[in-house]
Parts: sequence; C-alpha cells; structure tokens
Amino acid sequence: MPDSPADTAPDWDGVRLHVVTGKGGTGKSTVAASLALGLASRGATVLLCEAEGRQGIAQLFDVPPLPYEERRIVAGPRSDGGQGGDVYALAIDTEEALLEYLAMYYRLGRAGRALDRFGVIDFATTIAPGVRDVLLTGKVYEAVHRNRRSKDARHYDAVVLDAPPTGRIAQFLNVNNELAGLAKVGPIRSQADNVTTLLRSGLTRVHLVTVLEDMPVQETADGITELRSGHLPVGGVVVNMTRPVELDEDERGAAMTGTLDAESLCADLERVGVSTTDLLVSDLLDEAREHAERRALEDEQRKRIAGLGVPTYELQRLPDGIDLGGLYELAAELCRQGMA
Amino acid sequence: MTKAGTRTGVRTGARTGTRKSGRVGPLVAQPVGAPDLDVDALLADPDTRIIVCCGSGGVGKTTTSAALALRAAEQGRKVVVLTIDPARRLAQSMGIEKLDNTPRPVPGLAPSDDATAGSLDAMMLDMKRTFDDVVESQASPEKAQQILQNPFYVALSSSFAGTQEYMAMEKLGQLHADARATGRWDLIVVDTPPSRSALDFLDSPERLSSFLDGRFIRLLLAPAKGPARLMTAGLNVITGALTKILGASVLRDVQTFVAALDTLFGGFRQRAQRTYQLLQAPGTAFVVVAAPEPDALREAAYFVERLSEEQMPLAGLVVNRASRAPRGALSPDQATAAAERLEEQESSAGDGAPTAGLTAGLLRLHADRGRIVARETRLRKRFSTAHPDVATAVVPALSTDVHDLDGLRRVGDLLAAHAGPAA
Repeated sequence: MPDSPADTAPDWDGVRLHVVTGKGGTGKSTVAASLALGLASRGATVLLCEAEGRQGIAQLFDVPPLPYEERRIVAGPRSDGGQGGDVYALAIDTEEALLEYLAMYYRLGRAGRALDRFGVIDFATTIAPGVRDVLLTGKVYEAVHRNRRSKDARHYDAVVLDAPPTGRIAQFLNVNNELAGLAKVGPIRSQADNVTTLLRSGLTRVHLVTVLEDMPVQETADGITELRSGHLPVGGVVVNMTRPVELDEDERGAAMTGTLDAESLCADLERVGVSTTDLLVSDLLDEAREHAERRALEDEQRKRIAGLGVPTYELQRLPDGIDLGGLYELAAELCRQGMA
Repeated sequence: MTKAGTRTGVRTGARTGTRKSGRVGPLVAQPVGAPDLDVDALLADPDTRIIVCCGSGGVGKTTTSAALALRAAEQGRKVVVLTIDPARRLAQSMGIEKLDNTPRPVPGLAPSDDATAGSLDAMMLDMKRTFDDVVESQASPEKAQQILQNPFYVALSSSFAGTQEYMAMEKLGQLHADARATGRWDLIVVDTPPSRSALDFLDSPERLSSFLDGRFIRLLLAPAKGPARLMTAGLNVITGALTKILGASVLRDVQTFVAALDTLFGGFRQRAQRTYQLLQAPGTAFVVVAAPEPDALREAAYFVERLSEEQMPLAGLVVNRASRAPRGALSPDQATAAAERLEEQESSAGDGAPTAGLTAGLLRLHADRGRIVARETRLRKRFSTAHPDVATAVVPALSTDVHDLDGLRRVGDLLAAHAGPAA
C-alpha cells in the first residue's frame, strides 16, 4: 500500500486519457468516477465517459439519465481552497457516435440519414463489433484531441473512460487488430490508426480495478499480460473494497486457532460498561476468526498483486455503501495515495 | 438474562414479534418479509427439468449453479451443468478446464445417505464452436465452409455482443434435445454469461433474429424484387456511401456473408423461438442470483419483472455474499463508543489492560459488520417490499474461496439451510 503524504505529485502527471477497467462486481465505475473527481480536485477539467450505455454515472452522481452530450455533473472538491476543476460526463451511444462521425468526416448529408433509415447503422455496429469499438474509442480520441481541432469546443485536461470489463479490454483497445480482417484500407482504417497511436502513447494509461479475491486478481494478471502484448500502457492497479486493518498478525493467528482470551475480553468490555453475554463474546470471537481468515486470503492476493510490478492503490470498503459523499471520500483517498 | 434465555429470546423475538425486555438488536437475520426459497424441494421435484441461474456480472452465478447441480446430483438426480466462465481452479476440480464443448462426468460425487446415486456431468461453453456447429448442421458442406471463412462471420461469431448469450441458449436447446432422446440427464442447470445486464440473456435470441430480419439485410439480399425496387435509388446512395467509408472490398465481403447467412436464416429463427418456448415451459425454473448491492439487486428486480411479463417460471432469488448478522445485541454505535472509551482509558490513565487494543479492534470489527448487515438488510427489504412474493435464499459470505467440490457442497448446504447462523 503506498503511503504517500497528502501533497505528493500525482503519479500520472501528463496522462490525458485514463482508461479504467475491472472485472464485473469490483467497482470499476465507482473507481472511474472517483478518479475523475480526484483529478478535478487538483484543478483539472475532466470528462468522464461511459461506454456501455448503462447510465452508471448518472446513478453514482445522482443526476437524471445522461443524454449523448457532455454535461457538467459536479464541481470538483477544492482541496487547497483554490480553483477546483469541473467534472463533465458523457454516455457514449454507438449509433449517435456513428452518425456524428459520418457527418464530421464524410459530409454525407442526405445519405447519412438514409443510412440510418435503412438500418445500416444498426447493421454496421452489430455485424462488426470492431466498428462499435472504433466509434467508442474514436469519440474518446476526439475529446482528448479537441483543443487542436476546434477552438469553440470545451477543452479537457483529462478524460476518464469507464471501459468494458477486464476480459474484453485488450480486444476493445486493440481496435486495429479487430478491424484488420474487415477493413484493410479506407478512412475508417486510418481513423483506427490514429486512435491506436493515442492509445499506445504516453498520454494514455489503462488502470485495472480488482478486489482481493482469486478470480478478479487472476483476471487482472491476465489483463496486464494481454495489454502489454498489445503495446498498451498499463497504469495502476486499484485494489477496491478492502477490509479494515484491525488486529496484528499474532492476534489474527490466535483468532484463527481459537486461542484469543475470552476472559480478558470480557474484563475489557465490562470496564467500559458493556454488559457481556456469551452470545456477544462468541460474536466477537467468530468475527475475529472470519476476519483473520479473510485477511489471510487477502494477503495472499496482495502478494500476487505486488508481483505484477505496477503501482497499486487501495480503497477501503465503505460500510454504508457508495453514495455521493462516499465518492468524495474515495476521490480524496486516491489523491492522498497519488493516483489522482 | 441467562445464556439460553438470550438465545431463545432473540429467535422467538424475531419470529413472532413479541419482544422480551431489553434490546433484541436492530439487525434482523434473515429474509425480510420474503418467503424462504426451498432449494431442496426445487431440486427434488422431478418436474424440474431445467434450472437457469441468471443475474448481473460478479454475483456468483457460476458458483451457485455448480453448487445446485452438485447438490441435485448427490440427491439422486442425473444432472448436467453448463457453465460459462468458471474460475480456473473450480473448472479444474470439476474436470472441465478443457474447452471441448462436450459434457464430461465430474468425479468425486458423494451421494447423500438416503439417495440412490445420481450423476453429474459438466461442461464449459465454447461460444465460437457452438456457432460453427450450428452453421455446419444447417448448411451444405461447401456453403458452411464459405461462411466459416468469411471475415464478418469470424467477427460476429467471436465477439458479437449477445453471441455468448445466444449460444448459451442454443447449447441449452441441444442439451435438452439430447436429454430427451437419450435419457442421460433429467436435470439441466445453466449458468448465464457474465453480462452487465441480466436481461441480455433473454433478449439475445430476439436481438439476433431481428438483426437477421433487418431491413438492410433484406435489401442486400433482394435489392430488385417487389416493393424494394422503389428503394433501389436509395440503395445506390447507400452502397455509394458505404463504399466511400469502408471501401469496396468490405462491402463485397458483407454481401457474400449475408447471402450465405440467408441459407441459415429460417433455421436460426426457428431455433431461437423453440428455445424461448422451452424457457416458458413449466419444467423450467429461473433462479435469479444477486449480491446485496444496489446494482445487483436492481438488475434482479428488472429480471423478476421481466420473467413475470414473459410468463416464465421464477423459482426465487438467491442473495449471495450476505454478511452474517451478529446474534448478540451490541449495536454498531455502542460498539464504536465502547472501542473509543477503551482507547481513551488506555492513553489517558496508562492503566489500560494489555488486551485493550485487541478488544477495541474486535469492537470496531463488530461495528463495521453491524453497519454492513444493516445496509444489506435495508437493500433486501427494499427488494422484498416491491416483490413480496419472490421466495428468497440468503447465502452468507464464505471467508474462503470456493474452488473444489467440498466448497460447492458447503455452498449447497447454505443454499438449502439458509437460515442457519453459522457455517
């Protein structure tokens, strides 16, 4: 666990595109949102994109469902009393993106609308998943490079992409490979080339979210291998929903073997006015044993993660669940650990 | 209060609503208001022929379906379980780490005492292979070859959003036909793909057939027939535009692919419809799996509503990874306060007991657990208030990973006896 002081320089200075992936159920959307908030708290104007049409951002930030347009959803927490940046959100819709793309690059006019009417858009995005991915990443590419293209549009210091899950991430980002069999030449191919250049550059990092369980950690390791072989820059691993750190190693050992001293536990409890029952004592001892067993498993997974050779960050599980306040707590924690 | 008195006091208090003097504790242990899901009755019922486990990603569907299948087999059923993406170690222990798309017997069954021996076969879905099999069974060898080599088919069969769901259904149809013909199995347990939304599974056949039914596909197939002729001018604009974007060779590939697919067209639709009907048949039971998290329970609610809309038989809801409720009466706030007092005493007077730090730690763990249980209870209550008839089984979180048959047995026990306070 990195123990950075509060005002360390962030680890990913200079990164413009943060891609956040993770196995289902590990909280990747929460981490993506916290990262966006954290970056904004350092003064950056951030765009948070979601690629899967699930309206997860709207639910996390407690705002109405997002249309296919950039909306300001929150002003970043101001850590130093100075100017905090804003967080904008965008739910990318593939079909809209294709139409927009056609309008932007091909000036198809009437034919563009006809494509939609004839079901071509649906057809194209369905039959060639690569096309879908090129559109999604293409939209992100456009947001990252916007300042160079257009002077009227909003400029973002960073873009955070809530990306597809770990099992699909390398394929999703390797738009070139996916398209290789389909489009060997032509404009959509050169668009894919541009996107690939950005994704493989120093401006991009792919972060992986995991929890301390066997399968998510395995997927994280596999994901990193796949990303590296695809020349995609791996960022950090965010270990999410960790258990509180209570009890030292000896105490956990005693808890597991059932040798914690119940009598001194009772004495301590009585001293602070807690009336002890056998039920309460067995609760506490059971909880200690389960905690110790879980920690033992978690520490095993921590070791595997440490062996991956990438910076790691840890976020504790919030007992009351994730609400807007919790999101700010996690964002502050990411800042403290230097991820944002 | 005596020890025994406390125990019965908590139990009867929770069941009958009569409260003994003193606090009983705010944390109700088991499904809030919802009837219990009787897992053993479901598994024992010979009319249960298919169990579909569905739910959003990461809630433990694979483990639940494997545990149900193992339990049924050890109680005498002849079971086949179709898993989608099991953890490596679990797959190894079930002998299915090899993806060969064929059910294999699982070794190491331990039939329960009063049951005649059943059997358990397991398989892992190979999406592409299943799709290829469909193509090969529907088309002539030359045509099949032509389709299998088309770049668009390769893309569609390996990564079309929904292909995995559709192929899981396809495989289910095959297993069902096989079971009927050979009598090899009398229960099929199906795990569903790890999609974002649980509904994807039900939507996939419709999505694939409406895609195949699409206007553009029909245009590509018969641009000059009937009323479509009127649109030919429009079509020229479109093919022109597509050529501009994709290049002419891509368009040619698309056209060959679609023409080839046309052969399979009728077969695809029919099969999708048959499988859908199979899911509506009385022998099918849906088990919706969730974790006590807002997203997972929201998906579960959508799914439950959808099942009733489609008149598909719902057996119940399984809530995995529930935190075990403390049995004692110390609330989270009281525990936190006590922990603080202990630490205060120790630091101010310096006369704290040597174990004070440990005890404070235990109290804080207790408080943390209590808060999580309260939150999970609230979430489950919200679900059961909206869906009071859905039978529910709550499975406490295990403190170890499940990666062998013993682990699955333990999950099976918890599923069947979900009111038990300890594993």
